[in-house]
Amino acid sequence: MQPRFVRGFWKLTWVETKIFTREPMGFVGTLVMPLVVFIALGRAFGAGRPMAAPEVEIPFNAAILAAVLIAISAVQSLVAIISIYREGGILKRLRATPLSPVTIMGAQVAVKLGFTVISLALLMLAGRRLFPGVMHVNVFSFTVAVLLSTFSILSLGFVIASLVPTARFAQVISAAVLYPMLFLSGLFFPVARLPRALEALAYLLPTTHAVALLEGVWDGSGWGAHWVNVAALLVLFAAYTALSTKVFRWE
Amino acid sequence: MVTFVVIPVIAVSNLGKRYGHTVAVDDVSLEVFEGEIFGLIGPNGAGKTTTMECVGGNRVPDKGTISVLGLDPRRDANALRQRIGVQHQEAHLQKRIKVWEAVDLWRSLYTRVVDTDALLARLGLETKRNAWFMTLSGGQKQRLFIALALIHEPEVVFLDELTTGLDPQARRAIWALVTGIRDRGTTVFLTTHLMEEAERLCDRVAIIEHGRIIELGTPEELVQKHCPERTVVFTSDDANVAERMQGLGVVERAEGSGATYTIRGAGDDFVTDVINIIAREGIRVRGFRTEILTLEDVFLKLTGHGIRD
Repeated sequence: MQPRFVRGFWKLTWVETKIFTREPMGFVGTLVMPLVVFIALGRAFGAGRPMAAPEVEIPFNAAILAAVLIAISAVQSLVAIISIYREGGILKRLRATPLSPVTIMGAQVAVKLGFTVISLALLMLAGRRLFPGVMHVNVFSFTVAVLLSTFSILSLGFVIASLVPTARFAQVISAAVLYPMLFLSGLFFPVARLPRALEALAYLLPTTHAVALLEGVWDGSGWGAHWVNVAALLVLFAAYTALSTKVFRWE
Repeated sequence: MVTFVVIPVIAVSNLGKRYGHTVAVDDVSLEVFEGEIFGLIGPNGAGKTTTMECVGGNRVPDKGTISVLGLDPRRDANALRQRIGVQHQEAHLQKRIKVWEAVDLWRSLYTRVVDTDALLARLGLETKRNAWFMTLSGGQKQRLFIALALIHEPEVVFLDELTTGLDPQARRAIWALVTGIRDRGTTVFLTTHLMEEAERLCDRVAIIEHGRIIELGTPEELVQKHCPERTVVFTSDDANVAERMQGLGVVERAEGSGATYTIRGAGDDFVTDVINIIAREGIRVRGFRTEILTLEDVFLKLTGHGIRD
């Protein structure tokens, strides 16, 4: 007998994947938007720090910005889907089946991680073609780092999804939470330059550790140098997940 | 002599549930027996849905005991989900899920499943297999929910406000389906605020008001008990009809306006008696109808207000 959470998991994941591809806006937001940002900024400022012309002050690494945007759009999409499903009674209906709650949520996360990988692959391909020589990052390492980051930020998405009252607010509130997080993440200026309170806050946000880890992987300093960020992402994941299981509402 | 002990499929005693300070269900006790359509009827907010959700294991009651097929809906939730089917009030599925995908997903979740092609055909959905959920009409959506509730051949089906928002034609089609479910041996527990629906469908009903069951029985029993008055309305061109019928036998009141006469009385034999009187008096009748009171009148009498007030 298979464990209960496996029952229906792949089928639900596959159905949700198909449903997602039928939603034109979600599809564009997840796959196209980060890519467009990457190409536009890459053309304007250079795609990655190492190959940038030394005379130009590069404000940030466009590839890492795009990778974090991929994670953020996955989270936004998750928050939107969960709030719509809750409002429409879909979550309630799924819960009345033998599906376990872990399976219902796990399938959504699996779909988001799947599209994260696809977005990232598109990003890498575009980078290789449009900015030759820049994307010499270890693809496997970078992918794992992005997935870990997405996973951790998704758990914060569950907390947001638990708290938004209606599907109408979901988009607005998740944007209002996620984009300032990106601003504080250290991607555009060092976290140390923030006022004390904001600096402390920044370390409680998964994006900050995600950016630090991704920059490390990009620079080739490797995982060992960034174990603190990896640990932080895992701890934040556990904390946010625990919090959302407390406050999550199915209807 | 052999005594059969009829064990109820659903047994609820002293169920109570509150949300904050609002008492949704105050004290509900009822039993549902195998093979019947049992209706929980009452106005919106009376506690129908909460009661049903507690019985179906989707909500934790504050007090009382519930047994469904001999199982505890909370403790044995997983075992029970394989044996009961549910349809929630105003439920939805993913907008862009196709009918066949929903059916396929649902059937993968249960250990025992019916022939889904035959099920879709029976529910008139075979041509909608590739349609997105959002493109279905209200009646088609409800029929899909019935299909999903029946996919694992449940022993009991819970149907919450099944026909709310449907047009009369779609409603009638759903009624025929529900009767069909019962005729195949499945026990049906439904809620409705439509008295006509309860009267047409239910073998027994419980009337719920402010979280309490105020009356329980077959629709006929309830009408007989609470609304024994009968009315016959007929038209005749004869003279002095009202006077000739007044005070005769079972007639309590006879009134006429123009050529139309309204005769009131009570009891099961009232209509027969009126026919006999008309024959004996030799009154020539052009039109004749009886006004039969319904559950709607029972509800009005018991609660002092209409069900939609």
